[in-house]
Amino acid sequence: MMMKSDFWRAFARNKGAVLGLVILIAIVVLAVFASVLFPGDPWDMATAPFQPPLSDDALLGSDMLGRDIASGIAHGARVSLLIGLTSTAAALAIGVTLGALAGFHGGKVDDAIMRFTELFQTIPNFVLAVVLVAIFTPSLTTIVAAIAIVSWPPLARLARAEFLSLRTREFVQAAITTGQSNTTIILRQILPNSLSPIIVSASLMVATAILLESSLSFLGLGDPNAMSWGYMIGAARTVIRQAWWMSVFPGLAIVLTVLALNLVGEGLNDALNPKLARSRG
Amino acid sequence: MLGFAQLFASRLVKAAAILIAIVVMNFFLVHAAPGDPAMVMAGEAGAADEKFVTQLREQFGLDRPLYEQLGTYVGKIVQGDLGFSYRQQRPVWDILAERLPATLVLTLTAFILALAAGVALGTLAAVTVGTWADSAITVVALLAYATPIYWIGLMLSLFFSIQLGWLPAFGYETIGAGYTGLAHVADVAVHLILPVITLALFYMASYARLTRASMLEVRSLDFVKTAKAKGLSQSRIVTRHVLRNAILPVITVAGIQAGQLVGGSILIETVFAWPGIGRLAFEAVLQRDYQVLLGIFLVTSIMVILFNILTDILYGLVDPRIQVSQ
Repeated sequence: MMMKSDFWRAFARNKGAVLGLVILIAIVVLAVFASVLFPGDPWDMATAPFQPPLSDDALLGSDMLGRDIASGIAHGARVSLLIGLTSTAAALAIGVTLGALAGFHGGKVDDAIMRFTELFQTIPNFVLAVVLVAIFTPSLTTIVAAIAIVSWPPLARLARAEFLSLRTREFVQAAITTGQSNTTIILRQILPNSLSPIIVSASLMVATAILLESSLSFLGLGDPNAMSWGYMIGAARTVIRQAWWMSVFPGLAIVLTVLALNLVGEGLNDALNPKLARSRG
Repeated sequence: MLGFAQLFASRLVKAAAILIAIVVMNFFLVHAAPGDPAMVMAGEAGAADEKFVTQLREQFGLDRPLYEQLGTYVGKIVQGDLGFSYRQQRPVWDILAERLPATLVLTLTAFILALAAGVALGTLAAVTVGTWADSAITVVALLAYATPIYWIGLMLSLFFSIQLGWLPAFGYETIGAGYTGLAHVADVAVHLILPVITLALFYMASYARLTRASMLEVRSLDFVKTAKAKGLSQSRIVTRHVLRNAILPVITVAGIQAGQLVGGSILIETVFAWPGIGRLAFEAVLQRDYQVLLGIFLVTSIMVILFNILTDILYGLVDPRIQVSQ
């Protein structure tokens, strides 16, 4: 196991990753203190409609219904981060379980699970997400479920590859000989040793989940009670000629968040898979 | 070409299996949806009149056991009957067939552009590794990864259409211009530029990064050293030896990502009012027209399978060894 200080040193060597972490912390702070910084409902009219940026009562302008853009961005950060994290957790639960079973058991189990995974990789995943959310009516739960259902296959493949290679290692063979149950071996022996690449992929998946959520709410498939960045852009799309700021600022918020997550993911990769990072030059 | 034909046949069998799975999935989606399946098929609850709902119940035998219903459903799909859109008062297949060409033009052009430009940029980055051109391509790729495609589309149209007035902001052709022949083709092509670039950008970035990494890996292999020792020119080594081998993983990933590209057309067509299947999906979502939505799911899945076959053929062309090894 790697020491904590080693981890931080390796992570900090990647300048982009440090920058990403700083941006990410700023966004988390914005999300946590959204109600303190912008008290009141982001859906309520706060000022006159179509106020340009740098107006007295709306730093980033207001939208067609006089809602404060800055307040929407702060409250939207909550939704984005919440959905990004929970749907990744759900995708991890499905993907790692299936991948672990396939890689550990091999043979027919492996065949069946991989066929199933392949099916989900062929399906146009965004179309499936749209169909799922539309049919089961948009809410935070259906959105998280839909994103998880379309995102787990790469995690399953990754977990399977890790389990396949670790299964033949001596410490696993030793555990089998000492009569440990399959569940114990999977959870206590192999899983902890295959965590590094899974953590890296999961951090990148949070970013894709946030993009997916924003795309769904852009199409009007967001939770109708939760202010989100994609919804703001989708609603402002028709007035972009008169009011660019309504779609530009929420878009920048998405770009910054996703970029920060991707940078942090690369930093994690450097820190957790040092061999790979070095060979990459 | 026997090996290749066999591979092709096995892919077709697999494609058929995937299609059946998707049809079954569609069936269960209708039944898992909250509320009466007949109502789900008819569109938003309350919108359909009682007579039509009763007719649907009889037609699909909704009082029969589930497996019998599944049989009826699959039978209908096999005959090309994708259902009836109550909202539009037309068979779903007719609506889809009308919109299909526009989407095929958009996605195929974007796919080819993404592959060609991505491989070209990746090669450039690999050849100039460590210089400003390499860093620029890496940074652009990183940004393209982080930006929602619908927002790129909006920003491009804000800049090129609204600010500069160079390109049309939306639509398929100039309405009322009445162009024919070449003028019509040119008109559609001009309207196609922004949607295609927007849709291709993400994948271009992805293929550029992949090509770069793959070329840097292949470059250090022995056969490249041999080629250098033989005194071949740098450009010949890059194109004939390095690129031809480095491009294989790129084609594989392009095949895997085809599904995302086709799905992305929903967003692009919504932004640019491109009259294809994606725009239809957006309209169907607004109207809660589930029959149309499920039809789109099936048709886009077929498109992905076709794209996969296309990449298989490409792979076979680039790598003749596939005949022996597979």
